[in-house]
Amino acid sequence: MTSQIPPAWILIAGAFLVPVFKGRSRTTYLLVLSALGLLNLILLAQAPAGSLLHVPFLDYRLELLDVDRLSLVFGYIFHVALFVTFLYGARDDSVLENVAALVYVGGALGVVFAGDWVSLFCYWELMALSSTLLIWARHTDRAFGAGLRYFVVHAVSGLLLLFGILLLIHERGSLEVTRLDLGSAGTYLIFLGAGINCAWPGLHAWLTDAYPEATISGTVFLSAFTTKTAVYLLARVFPGAEPLIWIGAAMAAFPIFYAVIENDLRRVLAYSLINQVGFMVVGVGIGTELAINGAVAHAVADILFKGLLFMAMGAVLRQTGKINATDLGGLYKTMPWTAAFCMVGAASISAFPLFSAFATKSMIMSAAGEKGLQAVWFVLLFASAGVFHHAGIKIPFFAFFSHDSGLRPKEAPRNMLWAMGIAAGLCIFIGVAPGALYALLPYPVDYHPYTGFHVLSQLQLLFFSALAFTLLMLAGVYPPEQRAINLDVDWLYRRAGLVVSRSILAGAGAVGVWWQERVSGPAIRGLVHFSRNPLAAVRMAALAFQIQWCSEGRKEVLQSRLRRRKRLFPEDPSRPWPLGMAVTAIVTFLLVYLVVYYIRNTRTG
Amino acid sequence: MGEEKQHLFDRPENVTRLIRGLYVACGLLLIAGLVVPAHGHFPWEHAPEFFAAYGLVSCIVLVLAAKHILRRIVRRDEHYYD
Repeated sequence: MTSQIPPAWILIAGAFLVPVFKGRSRTTYLLVLSALGLLNLILLAQAPAGSLLHVPFLDYRLELLDVDRLSLVFGYIFHVALFVTFLYGARDDSVLENVAALVYVGGALGVVFAGDWVSLFCYWELMALSSTLLIWARHTDRAFGAGLRYFVVHAVSGLLLLFGILLLIHERGSLEVTRLDLGSAGTYLIFLGAGINCAWPGLHAWLTDAYPEATISGTVFLSAFTTKTAVYLLARVFPGAEPLIWIGAAMAAFPIFYAVIENDLRRVLAYSLINQVGFMVVGVGIGTELAINGAVAHAVADILFKGLLFMAMGAVLRQTGKINATDLGGLYKTMPWTAAFCMVGAASISAFPLFSAFATKSMIMSAAGEKGLQAVWFVLLFASAGVFHHAGIKIPFFAFFSHDSGLRPKEAPRNMLWAMGIAAGLCIFIGVAPGALYALLPYPVDYHPYTGFHVLSQLQLLFFSALAFTLLMLAGVYPPEQRAINLDVDWLYRRAGLVVSRSILAGAGAVGVWWQERVSGPAIRGLVHFSRNPLAAVRMAALAFQIQWCSEGRKEVLQSRLRRRKRLFPEDPSRPWPLGMAVTAIVTFLLVYLVVYYIRNTRTG
Repeated sequence: MGEEKQHLFDRPENVTRLIRGLYVACGLLLIAGLVVPAHGHFPWEHAPEFFAAYGLVSCIVLVLAAKHILRRIVRRDEHYYD
């Protein structure tokens, strides 16, 4: 038995039915819907790879369902993330959040399974719209502002993609999503559009600005889909594009510095999200089979462990109402399960042996080694040590241990613990038995993470990073958490942009004042003066003109005449009557007109 | 309100034990590093205890750079944007 239903349709159609259900039945409905989606995907995988559903469109063809091993892996993990996050939010999520999440994940699946650029673009935009709702659903002023900025950035990404697609269609005469080589303007625009969603350095601030402001489960949703969909698109269209290696290395390195000094723990995770996506982008850039496999495998692992960490921090936020490291600490006493799951996520992101990233991130490191990319390899190793430092130690340490904040919240509700438990279980499963994930990857895998040297070198790296943390803590050198914000490139549009637009307004105001004082004001006054007695005004102007040019003897006479006219203005001493007569005639005419008009109107009306 | 239950790290000796455990683990890993044969892609991976040294040094550099350089440049009041 096979299927021909695009995975996106099930979720987007399913979103319409959400308001019908209430309470527990809504949760059941959402979980069943996610499971149905996964079942459909398993059926899709039975068919031979390729285009399974297409319709004609103008002179082209829309490939509504294009299935291969690359799209299937992303499809599977997206459904798993959907199921787990619905379970996590079962107690708190509003109908708005559920609908937005379904459309958002539907959009992500649409991008992954679209075989043509037109439908891919539509799903891309759908993701931008629906994910903004997940931020706004927090219903705070900060969330509204951050969501608005988020939406504008993604609108720009969509426009770049659209222009790129139009140029590409013009160039190739085909809508098909295929591998592209960077070269024409169209390909660069698509590259850049994907880059914004991928949070490349300098284009990343939307992520660290908005994700920590979303709702509790909204942030978990956001962490899984937008960046991973962009990684998918890069892996599909630009595998082996060399700039990606350097972009990815920069992404892996710079956020860890921010993560060390950031106070909001969900924002720490947002920075570490960019850091992990950096590894994937490097993998896509290297482009060998091992590297692409590594990038995809790490995307799967990251969705699970990053989701798990965001869930743990979301649970802390829900139970305490606080998320800043300065306000937390000692929560392990009353939230032991959340603390334990958080540490599983921390071990996984840090790539401890027997946890997921050990089996996935190392593929990318090995691919960089095989290619002889020395500098990149060093940067990635630095990023590996750094991620353990901020996500592996800092997150659990400041939330659950550190100094006792005195907070004694209740343990997270059971549905949240189950969701975190499933994610934690999968993190360990991938770490212990990576073969199951390897079997799903796009290319055949011949990679063995568990060699003596690899285990030892990784343990050395991590334990000595932990030693560095401990020594710095004991020496009092470790930067204490501070109630502060750290400027990032969003400053450019949040502050510098504001200053620029304000100075433009101020400049426009000054021009307006000058215009009124020097141009429009005198013109209007002149016009008023003129209209009081046009004939006399013209005569006065003519007199003034004559005075400039006449002989000295005549000047005296003309000047006294001008003075007299000015004194009498607007009366005209030379012709007092004709003007008065004319005015009387006009007034009489108007009066008659009015009367006639009135009579006519009352008759017909 | 009754006496609160004593938790794991309420006792300072447990914290000391944990830190000592870390030192011991680091020592054992250093010894293991002399025994396990290396097979990396680059020559420096074969240098003795390369990964231990890199982990220790890079984390110290990371923290000092973040604290003394980055924080100085980007730190602002909590309500800067409000």
